[in-house]
Parts: sequence; C-alpha cells; structure tokens
Amino acid sequence: MKNVLQLAYLVPLFPLLGFLINGLGRKSLSKGAIGVIGSGMILASFAVSVYLFLQVKGGAADHVVTYFNFIHVGQLSIPFAFQIDQLSSIFLLVITGVGFLIHVYSTSYMHEEPAEHFGRYFAYLNLFVFSMLLLVMGANYVIMFIGWEGVGLCSYLLIGFWFKKTEYNKAANKAFIMNRIGDLAFLLAIFWIIGKVGGVGYSEVISFTEAGKFSPADLTGITILLFIGATGKSAQIPLYTWLPDAMAGPTPVSALIHAATMVTAGIYMIARSNIMYTLSPLTLNIITGIGLATALLAATIAMKQNDIKKVLAYSTVSQLGYMFLALGTGSYVAAVFHVMTHAFFKALLFLGSGSVIHAMGGEQDIRKMGGLSKYMKITNLTFLIGCIAIAGIPGFSGFFSKDEILAGAFARSPIIYGVGLFTALLTAFYMFRLYATTFRGSFRGTHDQEHHLHESPAAITIPLVILAVLSVVGGYIGIPEFMVHGAHRLADFLHPIFASSQEIFEQHGHTHPDHQTEWILTGLSSALIIVVVVFAWKKFSAKPDIAEAQGFGKVLENKWYVDELYDKVIVQPIYKFAGFLSNVVERLVIDGLVNGVGRLVNYSGRQLRLLQSGQVGSYVLLMVIGMLLVFVIQFFLRK
Amino acid sequence: MIALFLILIPLVTGLLAFFFREEKMARGWALLSAIGTLTVSVLGLTVLKAPANLRFTGEWMGNLGSSFSIGLDGMGQLLCLLNAVAYVIILLATWNSSYRKANNFFGLLLLAQAGMMGVFLAMDALLFYFSWELALIPVYFLCSQWGGDRRIPVTFKFFVYTFLGSLLMLTGILFVYSHTQSFSMEAFYNSNLPNDQQAWVFWLFFIAFAVKMPVFPFHTWQPDTYEQSPTAVTMVLSGIMVKMGVFAVLRWLLPVLPVASYSWGDLVSTLSVTGMLYASLIAMRQDDIKRLVAYSSIAHIGLMSLAIFSESQMSIQGVMIQMFSHGINIIGLWIVVELIERQFGTRKMSELGGLAQKAPAMAIFFVLIAFANIALPLTNAFIGEFLMFSGIYNSQVTQYNVILTVLALVCIILAAVYTLNMIRKVFFGDAQILTAKAVDLRSSETLALGILAILILWSGIYPQPLLDLTSNITDAILNKADVMHLIKK
Repeated sequence: MKNVLQLAYLVPLFPLLGFLINGLGRKSLSKGAIGVIGSGMILASFAVSVYLFLQVKGGAADHVVTYFNFIHVGQLSIPFAFQIDQLSSIFLLVITGVGFLIHVYSTSYMHEEPAEHFGRYFAYLNLFVFSMLLLVMGANYVIMFIGWEGVGLCSYLLIGFWFKKTEYNKAANKAFIMNRIGDLAFLLAIFWIIGKVGGVGYSEVISFTEAGKFSPADLTGITILLFIGATGKSAQIPLYTWLPDAMAGPTPVSALIHAATMVTAGIYMIARSNIMYTLSPLTLNIITGIGLATALLAATIAMKQNDIKKVLAYSTVSQLGYMFLALGTGSYVAAVFHVMTHAFFKALLFLGSGSVIHAMGGEQDIRKMGGLSKYMKITNLTFLIGCIAIAGIPGFSGFFSKDEILAGAFARSPIIYGVGLFTALLTAFYMFRLYATTFRGSFRGTHDQEHHLHESPAAITIPLVILAVLSVVGGYIGIPEFMVHGAHRLADFLHPIFASSQEIFEQHGHTHPDHQTEWILTGLSSALIIVVVVFAWKKFSAKPDIAEAQGFGKVLENKWYVDELYDKVIVQPIYKFAGFLSNVVERLVIDGLVNGVGRLVNYSGRQLRLLQSGQVGSYVLLMVIGMLLVFVIQFFLRK
Repeated sequence: MIALFLILIPLVTGLLAFFFREEKMARGWALLSAIGTLTVSVLGLTVLKAPANLRFTGEWMGNLGSSFSIGLDGMGQLLCLLNAVAYVIILLATWNSSYRKANNFFGLLLLAQAGMMGVFLAMDALLFYFSWELALIPVYFLCSQWGGDRRIPVTFKFFVYTFLGSLLMLTGILFVYSHTQSFSMEAFYNSNLPNDQQAWVFWLFFIAFAVKMPVFPFHTWQPDTYEQSPTAVTMVLSGIMVKMGVFAVLRWLLPVLPVASYSWGDLVSTLSVTGMLYASLIAMRQDDIKRLVAYSSIAHIGLMSLAIFSESQMSIQGVMIQMFSHGINIIGLWIVVELIERQFGTRKMSELGGLAQKAPAMAIFFVLIAFANIALPLTNAFIGEFLMFSGIYNSQVTQYNVILTVLALVCIILAAVYTLNMIRKVFFGDAQILTAKAVDLRSSETLALGILAILILWSGIYPQPLLDLTSNITDAILNKADVMHLIKK
C-alpha cells in the first residue's frame, strides 16, 4: 500500500498555488476573489494537516516521504523529502490553523489597500506560509534551510510592504540582514555535518549521533552554530533587534511573524536536533544563559514602551527567551508546548492590537488611548483574555506551559528559577500596564478619534474569539503530572521524538522536583503573578503612565541603547573602513600601481592610439587576413 | 559537427554582418545568428549528444604539433550553452538600443562570441590561445569605439592588462610545449613538469587567467571597463568572458600543473578571499549601480577561485554550476541597469528611487534577480554557492579551510547589505523628480527577463540535470589534479 503520508506535498502546494494565482492575477482579480483564494488555500492546507496529524496519531509508520533528488554530488545525496512525524505534524497544525485565522482577519484589515496591493499582500502572505511549511516539513537540514531563508525573504517583503516609507524599508533590510547572519552559522553547521556524517537527513544525523560517532568537540561546535542560527530567526541576544522593528509591516503580518511562523523556527530546529543538544551540556548551558538573559532584557524594555505593538514585540522576544530557557534546561516538551500556547495568545494580542489601531485611525501610542473597553467590547474581552494567558494566571493556557518551564528550571537551579519567575512577574506587570492604559481609564485621544471609535467587523472579531477560546483551553493538553496523573497528552504524543534525550537525562541523574515541591512552586508563582496583575491594573487604570520617562526609565524606553551601540561599534566602523578602501586604497594604491605600469608601456600605447583613428572594419579585416596568412604559410610549409 | 558549427556560425555571420548597411538588418541578422547558435547548442545537449557529434579534429600547423582539435565535454557544453543563451538574451534586451555603425558593432559582437566558443571548445593549447585573442580583440574595439566619455584611458588600461596577460600565457604555453613538443591537451595533461618548473608556469598561467576573472589585485581594469563599455558589451564581458578565466584555470591550470596548484593553493586562496572582502566592502560604498554590480561580481568570482583551489568534488562541481548561474544573473542585473540608464540618463542611486510604483514589473524582475545573485535558496546561485562553500569547508588540500570559509561567508552578509540597499534606493521610497515619469518594461525586455527568471528558478529548484552534465568532467579534473599520491611518494 502506498504511504498515506505521500499526500504531504499538498500542504505546501496549496499556499504556493495561492501565491502564484494572487501574485500573477493581482491586477485582474477582485478583492473578494483574492481574499477567498488566499484564505481558502491555507484552509485547504489546514485540512490536509489535520488529516496527516490523525494519521500520525493513529500510528502511521513511515514518516519520511521522498519526492526527487535535489542535489546529488558524488557521495552526497540531498533528496527533496518531507518528514511527517509527531513534531512536524503539531507545528503544521499551528502554522496552518493560526495562519488561516490571520488570513481571514487580513481580508478586513487590509481592505483599504488598492486591489493590486491587496493581491500582492495575500501573495506574500501565502508565500510566507509556504516557506514556513517547507521549513517544518523538510526531512533534512537543507530543505529546512530553504524554508529558513524563505521566511527571511517573506518577512523582508512584508515588513517593507508599504515600500514608499524609507523607514519601513530599512526595517525590512535589517530583518533580512540580521537573519542572514544567523543563517550563515546554520550553513556552517550543515557543512560540518556533511563533512562528518556525509549526509544531512535527520535520521542519518540522529543515528550517527546515537552511535556515538561524533566527537564531543564536533557536537559542541555543530550545536552552537545551529543555535546561533536560531538566535537570528528566533530573535535572541545578540541578534534580536530586528524583531521589534519588524512591526513596521501591517499588523496581521506581525501576528504571523511573532506567533504562527518564523520566530518559532529556532525552537523547532533545536527540538528537531534535540539528541545532539542533549549530548552537549556546554551548549545547553549557553542556551539557558542566552534564553534567560533575553527573556529578562526584553521584559525590562517592554515595561517602558508606549507603542502598543512595540510592547507586544518585546514580549515576544521575552517569551522566546523563555522557550530557549526550556530547551536549555532540557524541557523540550515544555518548549514546544509554549510555542503552541504562545502562538494562540500572541496572535490574539497582535490581532487585538490591530483592531484597536484600526478603531483609532492608525494611532499606535497607548498614551493617546484609554477607556477603549466602552467602545469595543469584543476586542476588550479577547485582549484581556490574551493578557491573562500570557501573564500565566492559573486556568489559562500560558499558565500550564510557563509553569512547566519554571519547574524544569527549578530542577536545574533555584537561581535560574528565581530569574525566570522574576521575568514572569515583569511580564504580568507590563502586560497589564498595556491593558489598563489602553482599555481602562478615560479616553485621551482627540475628539475626532473618539467619534470614530467602533468595534471591528466580523472578519476581525471572529478570529479574535476563536483565538481567545484557544488561549483558554489550549493549555489543557498539557496538564502537569503532579496535578492529574497521565494527563499530559502532548508529552505522550511527542514521546518518540524526545525519548532518547529523556533516557540520557535520566541516566545523568536529572530528576523532576517531587509533587509537593511543585505544588508549592506553582502556588507561589501564581500568587505573586496575581498580586502583580492586580497592582498594575489598579495603578495604570487610575493614573496612566503618560509622563516623559526619566533616568533609568529613559534607558529602558531607549531599549538599553543596544541599537545605538551596534551602530557605533559595528556598522559605522565597517562603513568607514569600506570608505577608506574605496577612496584611498583602490584609487591611489592599487590603481596607482597599475597606472605606473601603464606609463612604462606608454610608448606602445601611443603607437596604438595612432592606429585607433581609423575604421574598425579595417582592423578586423587585417585580423582575418593575418589569420588566413598563417593558414596559407602552413599549407606551403607542409609540402 | 556540433562543435564546429558552434564556432562557425558566429564567425561567418559575424564577418558577413560588416556588410549590412542598415542598423535594423544588422541587428536582426545578429539575433538570427544567436538563435541559430543556441539551437545547435541545445541540439548538442539533446538529440545529437552522441560523442561523435561533439568532437572535431582538423589539420592546421601540424608540423608545429598543433591541430584544430575541438570537443564538447560537460563543462564545455555548459559554457557553450551559457554563451549561446546569453547572446540571445543580450540581443533581445538591447533591441531598442541604437548604435552608430551598427553593422560593425554587431559584427564584432559575433566575432567575440566565436572566439569564446573557441576557448570553451579548444582541445589544443595553441588553438586555445588563438581563440582567446580572437575573443579579446573585438571586445577591445567595442569598448574603445562605442564606450563612454572616459573610454580612451579606460580601454588603454584594459588593453595593458589583457596584453600582458596574453603575453604571459603565451610564454607559459610555449614553455610547456618545449617539454611536450605538442600542443594537444593530452600532451599537456601528461606533461608532468618538474616541480620547480611548474611553479614558474603556474604563475604565468595564473596571472593571465586571474586578470581575466579578475582576481584581486589584478582587478582594477574591471569596474572602469564595465562602467565605460556600452551595456551590451558589459554583459558579454561579465556574463561570459570572465568565465573564460575561471574555465581556463579548470581546464589548463589545475590538471596541467597539479603540484604547483597544490603548493600555491593557499596563497591563491588567500588572495581570493582578500579580494572578496575587499570588493564587497567597496561595493557597499558605491553610488553608481554599474560600479556596485562590478565590485559584487569581483566578490563572486573570488569565491569561484577560492572554490577551485579547494580541489574538492563539491567545490569544483559548484564552480561549474556557478559559472552558468552567475552569467545568467549578472546579465539580468545589467539589463535592468541599462533600462534605468537609458530612461533617466543616470546610474546614481542617490538620484533614483521609488521606481517600484511606476515600473512594478521591472521591480519584480530586479528583486528576483538580485536575490538570486545573493544566493537565496531555490534560485540558481544557491546551488553553486552551497556546493562551493561545502567543498571549501571540507577541503582536504588546505588546513585553513575553516577560516577561509568563515571569511568568505562574511562577504555573503555584506552582499546582502549592499544588494538590499541598492534595491531600496532604486526601487523603494517615494518617486523622485526623475523617476516620476518612469516607463515599465517593453515586450522584448519582458521576454529577455522572463527567460532569465525561468532559468533562475528552474536550475534552482531542479539542478540535477546540470550537476549530472558536469559530474564526469569534475572527476576527471580532480583525478588529474590529485597530488596526494605524488606527495605520499
């Protein structure tokens, strides 16, 4: 019987078709048709993904389907193949599911664009989903890399979607270039793997690793390089600064980048390669450190941002840091779990902020908002649910995944746990600062704006409601062991992916905290979070934070001046050096030398210039005559 | 016969072109000739690919030990195809350009094509040298007669470089000949020169080829010449002619002088990577699009040179693919540059901007080609660069493979920087005074760019046929160049 997973090619094919149809037909298709095609293709993809998921859940055995030979040189063979297993099928559901809601939302949000640009927008959006699907479905690192750079390209196109604004284009360039820095580390890792393993398929690499054929140095090198790749795509220190700027794109794009696609790629890659990471403790420690530092740094910045999307952007960076913390402490399942729940509530929050921006006529500064709950009931309620979920209040999805990460951190070290918890409190604080400043208190915008305040249409509110429901119930697929025995359905499902890693961890004596400790930890963190939430809600509802930031607040508002630092220390010196090469070395030194040589042969040059005044044809004629002469002489010489 | 026709068609049609009086006729004639050559080239790849069709040996200067021996192997097939495709595209894309004395212009252009065909086909060192000259002399006249304002000093520089290069190459060829008493390729491949003599010949050859590629520090003729030449000639120069240098290293240097190639490999690699960094940095500071593309091309060629001297199967295979891809991509870039220059009379990025609003089709093609040029996956250049880098990183002949790879990868980042900045400054932003009245692509240009786009994507998504085409010759070159067994002795 044919492998049922063979159908997997349909998943990326639909968005690709959507891209082609909308891209080529953007001038002739109506907006309605474009929207239906764009969203419909993702829905079709989602349907196939559900089918594949059920097949995998039902125990489909052969996970790899090969389509054709992509690159075959000597011993190296890189097939164009997909791997549909527990890990990729989960990601497929999230990408196509949340992606579909974002597409639907976009049909309304982008409706004021002229038809041609509307078509271009949906073409890009489909291409984005296509690239992400390739990334997740590839059965080897090269196919993953194709998708990896593909999402980089699409984010570039979408961030710079409104290409008339130079600032947006610069943000797009920044995103692509920072990503590319990471991408090249990823490439180096691939070359390293090719050199050692002789292939790039996941199964080859995993069996090579499990057979212990890698030296520890190789493993550490490869995993660090892959991780550097992940810091680019998943916005970690030091390559995170592109993500907050990426909000230059239309708001649904931010939702797509921050929630369903792109930034989760780094988590996926490490989860995919988990066995290599498990065997290189040094890399795990580095990941823990970077993840924790990023989570904390981004959270502090988010406290003082006044742009509704910037707060959310930094919260994404911070939450991604959390996911890396999970990976670094070996809680792979928790990382994937948090990717999922975060996809729900972050998409919800971004789309909610879009609804707010829409109502405010393009205003993004929360200092000019306030009291919006009165005008937009659904947006208010769903946004609140998103805030509760991300803050980690018990019962909502974020609580389950975050709690699991913190428990894993505690197992490693109480200090890591402490910093993680502190970051969680900051998260609760800035999210409710955001919520209260935007929706509570009284309206601070202009009279004109107040007049126009309205709830958004159904194409916007329905995705919000669906995502809000998911943000609540999404956590119940991962109820921790200490609460209900055997109720962590996600962990059971993903077990085959992480089984060897877990075995190794257990051999090395990694233990979970006992149930009593876990209850205490959960109780403690929940209580603290609720206190912070109530405090922030009260504080900013009564007296919004609209004053000019002073002292340390100013440092935070300016994001610790990291962008300025990069500019001064890296970008400017390179440009100056390039200018020196261009104006001094190239013109004077090298060209000067050549011209010196030129003067030496000036004599012959002068002769040639004399010859140059005539007809070109005659030179060619001379040339041909000369050649003929050679032949003739030859002919006679032979006799 | 295929091989012979590939030379004869452009040679004969080129000579005849001088007799056309009308510009339109000459242009049509040239396009017809190019299509004919392309047809023959494609036939040689498909229905007539029997080895008997691909080789031809005629008599000439037999008493000197030289014969008119030409043949098509995988690498030759690929480059002849590039030469043939490129001419059709170049003539299509410049259909609306006007030249004075057009008959001479097109005649010379076709003669240059015949010369390059000869270079790619020659199986005899003397014939190779003749073809090399036949390719260069028409280009020299094309630049000096139809070039820009500074054409006289610039072509003079071009001439000095080329002349010196050819002189060194001829000396080298004669030196090897003094050992073999024959110019045939087999004799050269089996020459086994003593190591100390190999070193001399190596530098004679390498400098000649390095000038053509060009490799740092022999490159300064290139940006000036590209800038001053009429764009059709720039396309020929950068799209096809620089490949003569790369090709020559693969065909006449590595297999003939394996020991010297190995022992001087690190120095050449260092030069290559230095040149890559140097050219990439300079490209970042250019305001003239033509110069920017010229410097980016130096960086790309530097990578090919680095890959060749890594002497691994992947890197050599990568170079072959990349010779084809780079030709396609850079011609695509020039087409758009030419359109811009013709419309607005400037190539300065600071005076352009916002073209995407008025000329979206042009913008789409340019963005696609520019991203192909920086090796985005699923475009042609990714295949070549991936294989080259992988080969460099895993090279067995140098101990500096890691640092060379990393430095070369830095250039890939810089390439993204200057390429994206170029796109931003030319196409994005608000329309400027100049660009407000921009006109989008016309049909001949759309056709040319459309063919390029298809080639870019096709060989990026399904490169295996191109890889299969060149795998045998890669093995053959490496077999000859393999010095490990010599060293072990």
